[in-house]
Amino acid sequence: MRHTISLLVENKFGVQARIANLFSGKGYNMDSICVGETENPELSRMTIVTQGDDMVIEQIIKQLNRLINVIKVVDLTYEEHINRELALIKLSCTASTRSSIVQITDIFQAKIVDISPKTLSIEVTGGNKKVQACISMLQPFGIKEIARTGIVALKREYTGKSPDWSSSKMPA
Amino acid sequence: MQRVKEKESGKKVRAGKKERLSGSEILIRSLIEENVNHIFGYPGGVVIPVFDTLYNLPRPKVVLCRHEQGAQHMADGYARASGKTGVCLVTSGPGATNLVTGIATSFMDSIPVVCITGQVARAAIGNDAFQEVDIIGITRPITKHSYLVRDVADLARTVKEAFYIASTGRPGPVLIDIPKDVFLSESEFEYPDTVDIPGFKPTEHGHIQQIKKAAEVMAQAKRPVLYVGGGCNSSNASAELTELAHKAGIPVTTTLLGLGAFPEDDPLSLGMLGMHGTWYANMAVNESDLLIAVGSRFDDRVTGKLDAFAPKASVIHIDVDPASISKNIKVDYPIVGNCKKVLKTLLPLTKKADTADWLNMIDHWKKTHPLKYKKGERVKPQYVIESIHKICGGDTVISTDVGQHQMFVALHYKFLKPRTLLTSGGLGTMGFGFPAAIGAALASPDKKVVAIIGDGGFQMTVQEVATAVSQRLNLIVAILNNGFLGMVRQWQELFFGKRYSHTCLEYTNPDFTKLVEAYGAKGMKVEKYDEVIPVLKKAMKVKNCPVFIDFHVDRHENVYPMIPPGQMATDIIE
Repeated sequence: MRHTISLLVENKFGVQARIANLFSGKGYNMDSICVGETENPELSRMTIVTQGDDMVIEQIIKQLNRLINVIKVVDLTYEEHINRELALIKLSCTASTRSSIVQITDIFQAKIVDISPKTLSIEVTGGNKKVQACISMLQPFGIKEIARTGIVALKREYTGKSPDWSSSKMPA
Repeated sequence: MQRVKEKESGKKVRAGKKERLSGSEILIRSLIEENVNHIFGYPGGVVIPVFDTLYNLPRPKVVLCRHEQGAQHMADGYARASGKTGVCLVTSGPGATNLVTGIATSFMDSIPVVCITGQVARAAIGNDAFQEVDIIGITRPITKHSYLVRDVADLARTVKEAFYIASTGRPGPVLIDIPKDVFLSESEFEYPDTVDIPGFKPTEHGHIQQIKKAAEVMAQAKRPVLYVGGGCNSSNASAELTELAHKAGIPVTTTLLGLGAFPEDDPLSLGMLGMHGTWYANMAVNESDLLIAVGSRFDDRVTGKLDAFAPKASVIHIDVDPASISKNIKVDYPIVGNCKKVLKTLLPLTKKADTADWLNMIDHWKKTHPLKYKKGERVKPQYVIESIHKICGGDTVISTDVGQHQMFVALHYKFLKPRTLLTSGGLGTMGFGFPAAIGAALASPDKKVVAIIGDGGFQMTVQEVATAVSQRLNLIVAILNNGFLGMVRQWQELFFGKRYSHTCLEYTNPDFTKLVEAYGAKGMKVEKYDEVIPVLKKAMKVKNCPVFIDFHVDRHENVYPMIPPGQMATDIIE
């Protein structure tokens, strides 16, 4: 099963290498890793998407916790969370296909960020599935290059029980 | 180094009065603050400033090894025997890479060691400079943590953190890499009193509800077994463990690293379990309904076939490292915490379990399946080990190398006290036993230290004879010389149709007595049964000089009992 793990780590030299080393040394899967500074410049947040059965995921979390530079590890998979990814997609484009591409871009609320006589570059953000769907829709036009950031994720603050939406008190 | 000497002579320089010192002075002052008495080291280009600071300094004493691997093993043996953190100091490049086997040994067995390596000057890092190597990168998977000190102002705090991390929680090796120009630049020195590492807050006290639950389960068990590992030795939990076993009436089996944590002359002792464990220890685990793992990690040499290990038992696991729990087998009652502290909390809650029938059964097994070996014409290694136990007594520190002799020691030497066996269990490092014994002899000058090693392993770190001689150590080295890489030969005999591919050393082995005498040590030779005891007695009388005894033992002897690899307890060969 896919798991999204969020890490708070010290923003120090070699921390990413330690984490990458742990995954390769222990043979864990790593679908994506994403890192950036947080509101506190001494800390970075890292989002790792990985796969494995429950025992493997438990080990991954425990092993990450063992690293001295890792301050906090949260498996977001079973929590309400927001996850986003950004993809840059460069595709072949002619005068005849341009308007169809623009239409698809609009549907996905994506942006055209570069244009040339034969290509278009599109920026799309969203959850993993949305980005994947956008790429699939653009595939027939001829994708030349793709760059993806990998998932970044944060826990949702509203974690109370979902209100009963079926109740008649809800506005229509 | 006047300033360090002043500190040495007791004139305490405390906070408030900051001094300006060079990086190498700060390093040594920090080591003195950590009560380091011995540094195992080897000089080289970039660490000359540090060795210069150490010149003529009474403390810390530098023990000059003859190869950096020896330095790391000595620091490791020093730590295992004393419980203090070992320290080694080597130069950059080849000096640092020579530590690698030793660091991995310490890492696998959770031994606290601080390894200090020199590095090329900051500006040269990354330029393939002379004797430059990325030792942080090389050792990342085999250290608990590591530091590259890029600013002399961080040096004292780094040393403080390194010692704290190495010795706290699950112990392990920590490496500090220091560039040459950091040794030479100056900063104000103030040794911090405390550390604050946000990502390192090990749980020491077990969760009380979990401990209560464990006590309840233990009281109800009919066939419980305590399965004790190195965590009991490293947390000095031997007394608590012994009390617990007696109070609850639970038999105790130990892993290789757990030997000594529970006295083997106790009726509740089952000896070692696992691949070469006793018949009754393995059978007890196989039949048990409750396995209480204390500071052990369900290593494959203990469990054999995982799904057939302790098939009828529920499992309580006490360990300071959460990652050890439920790693190999699913644990029913996990307790994260320091073994000593958890056992202390558990003790008053412990009730006597109804184990009379179980203990009778175990006694019956002990009588019907004792450890045994046949006496033959050639001296048997088991006999040598029993004789060492008889002559050298219970307080002696034994270190071993890796292979058949190691298993013979584990089975036939009766360990009575904690920290009396130093052995490379996890990594299985040949060449460890002899230098580790040097470290132990320096850590405990009042104790006798005996290294029991093979003829193969001895030649991997034989150069350290010079170190042992130069330190005038009270050290006996028993070489169980069978002219073979015995354990590999045993596997070749049992599993590879007696095709002894490249395991015979006999025709090219040196005359070990002559070899050690060339270094200035004492050499003795034993070829017959009736020489064993007299020669050992003679060796015990030698003072301030290492004695090497070349025991020519039966080359065809195998280690039994044995559970063939990947099989289960009931497949045991006696």
